[in-house]
Amino acid sequence: MSRYVERAENMARLAEVGFRIALTPDTSAGHQEDWRSMLTSAGIIDDFLERHGEISQEAALDFLLFDPDNPSSVRSCIRAARTNARTVRTSITRDMWEAMNSTYLAFEAINPATITDARLPAFIDWTRERTSLFRGALLNTLLRRDNYYFSQIGGFVERADNTVRILDVKYYLLLPSNQSVGGDFDTYQWETILRSVSAHRSYRHVFHDQYKPRNVAEFLILRPEMPRSLRFCYDWLDELAGGLCDFYGTSGSAKSKIEDMRGYLKAMKMDAVFQMGLHEFLVDFRARNNALTVAISDDYNFG
Amino acid sequence: MDGYGEGIRAPYAILGPWLADQSTGALKRKQQEADSIFRRLGITFSVYGTENALERLIPFDLVPRIISAAEWRQLERGIEQRVRALNAFLFDIYHRQEIVRAGRVPADLVNCNAAFLPAMIGFAPPKNVYSHIVGVDIVRVGEDEFYVLEDNLRTPSGVSYMLENREAMMHIFPELFARHRIAPVNDYPEILRQTLEAVAPAGCQGDPCLAVLTPGIHNSAYFEHSFLADQMGAELVEGQDLFVADGQLFMRTTQGRQQVDVIYRRIDDTFLDPLTFRPDSLLGVSGLIDLYRAGRVTIVNAPGAGLADDKAIYSYVPDIVEFYTGQKPILKNVPTWRCSEAEDLAYVRDHLAELVVKEVHGSGGYGMLVGPTASKAEIAAFSKKLEADPGNYIAQPTLALSTCPAFTKSGVAPRHVDLRPYVLVSDRIRITPGGLTRVALKKGSLVVNSSQGGGTKDTWILQD
Repeated sequence: MSRYVERAENMARLAEVGFRIALTPDTSAGHQEDWRSMLTSAGIIDDFLERHGEISQEAALDFLLFDPDNPSSVRSCIRAARTNARTVRTSITRDMWEAMNSTYLAFEAINPATITDARLPAFIDWTRERTSLFRGALLNTLLRRDNYYFSQIGGFVERADNTVRILDVKYYLLLPSNQSVGGDFDTYQWETILRSVSAHRSYRHVFHDQYKPRNVAEFLILRPEMPRSLRFCYDWLDELAGGLCDFYGTSGSAKSKIEDMRGYLKAMKMDAVFQMGLHEFLVDFRARNNALTVAISDDYNFG
Repeated sequence: MDGYGEGIRAPYAILGPWLADQSTGALKRKQQEADSIFRRLGITFSVYGTENALERLIPFDLVPRIISAAEWRQLERGIEQRVRALNAFLFDIYHRQEIVRAGRVPADLVNCNAAFLPAMIGFAPPKNVYSHIVGVDIVRVGEDEFYVLEDNLRTPSGVSYMLENREAMMHIFPELFARHRIAPVNDYPEILRQTLEAVAPAGCQGDPCLAVLTPGIHNSAYFEHSFLADQMGAELVEGQDLFVADGQLFMRTTQGRQQVDVIYRRIDDTFLDPLTFRPDSLLGVSGLIDLYRAGRVTIVNAPGAGLADDKAIYSYVPDIVEFYTGQKPILKNVPTWRCSEAEDLAYVRDHLAELVVKEVHGSGGYGMLVGPTASKAEIAAFSKKLEADPGNYIAQPTLALSTCPAFTKSGVAPRHVDLRPYVLVSDRIRITPGGLTRVALKKGSLVVNSSQGGGTKDTWILQD
């Protein structure tokens, strides 16, 4: 459930960033390249092209936000989260259920045709408010028992996956060999990357510097204080997995996988990441992050 | 009424018909949406002396002001020339005073000026920049005719409105952005940061520590101070957070002291350091000026920079531009009569009913006479004050300010506007393509100050 809510928020954020870029003066025809990279970040470019053939802003926004046939669209995520919530209704709190259900009802009542460009920003704001509400209800009211731990683990695995995808789409821009720092074009690219994880302001508080590729990569991979960095996700996953083991009084392969990953990220330096190749690092990380989902299913008989 | 006066100018070619298609009801809803965005952001100001009064919003006008790329290029050239000359003037005034020796600016006007700070004599700030953040107030009176109303070289405010007005417009009218090529303004905080870093003390090791010095949460511009600090990732401090020790400036933090290298101060010169200026000031830092003169910390804008935006100096700016750049000024000054000079005074005396007469050191629209709207009794009373101390006054004609369409209670109608672009100066001069447009929302009014019914609007610079 948390995993779907996390994804719904990430998709809404990508739609927001894409839309915002489209408001700046055009560098490619109809901002097609910008939308392509948004859809690639979302991991849905192939599905999109199969369905729409050609990239346009209207189609991209519809696919990201409303298309029920895109399993990652905000609509699909909210539906799936709500279905999950109903299934486990007795093990979530009333606050969580109401936050989830009212979001679902309101979303289903919206006719996508009425979300014109003029109304889109307010609609995306609303979506983010709703996901925050759900998360707040969960943190405030849910007993710290197994369903809490599973829910949160799902959320942070999803978040790490989202951060990796965003980095991987732009990885060639983040290589140290890319020396053209400070140009308008670059600044705009970095800002886009950071905006898509709501980090364009906090970046300056950490680095006291203009956007630089090496810093952006470090911020999103290794910084423990950045709530969307890979390191942060795994710090939390370790806590959560520990809580789960204490609760059940057992340990499993998932716990040790998480510990390995956390230790690996903690010891990692940006130089080593670049030496390995940023893209290779991200691909490897993503595979291990996915393997974690499988390990949890195996450990706790979700199969 | 369509709000355009004598026909739609070219930059409004897309906006005009679009605006005409919008119903008043739809615009009203957008207006409410904008107001709620500003409230949510907290971009409000409190009114002094009204204890329980609500925090207020400066009225925001929905209709953007649009400037073509060609017009902007001309403005940019003019502003750059002017700002360069004014910084050169300040350096000269605090050093050899060549311009005074050359007889182009009277010595008294400089040396007896309240904004002239003897503490700055002989001191050269980093990169010789005095005014790093400049807001030049400009009005348009004809197709290609721009006048500078005043140069704000001390601590010009309002840039947060430039940035947040743009955010709000992108939020409520995204379709208009898709149909125009509008130069973005959002890198202002980044360039401000670069500007501050570029003038860090020469001895500064590593990344300089930047701090915005605010008078505190009760100041009417506090939102802007915190906003800029946040956007730059700089520290926001009050005087009590800072202290001088071991020949350095420090701020108190939860983990002991941290050295500060550059202060972007948003308090007036005389409050900066009670040891050098007003001894009763609680807003500043004791010993700051000594440290500054020793090159251990940079103060932005430099103390004493206000000399060059004094109203009495204003009338000499065209001479100043010529003296330091060797070129004719690109931007015009409003013609100004100096009542200190007999011939000018005689003219002003005879034409009080047509002129605007201002105190030399006044600001904010206080203590001035607006001849065309004043009663006979007001003119008579003012003329007595003028005769008693003519040197304290200057006079200017009332200008035929340009108008822009604005959304008013009775629909879209023309209203008078001015423009404040923001200029950042370090080893180079950078002007953000945009600025703060202030609009006189009362019909026929020429006064754009927010205290007198003025509002703001977004300003679009179109790209070719």
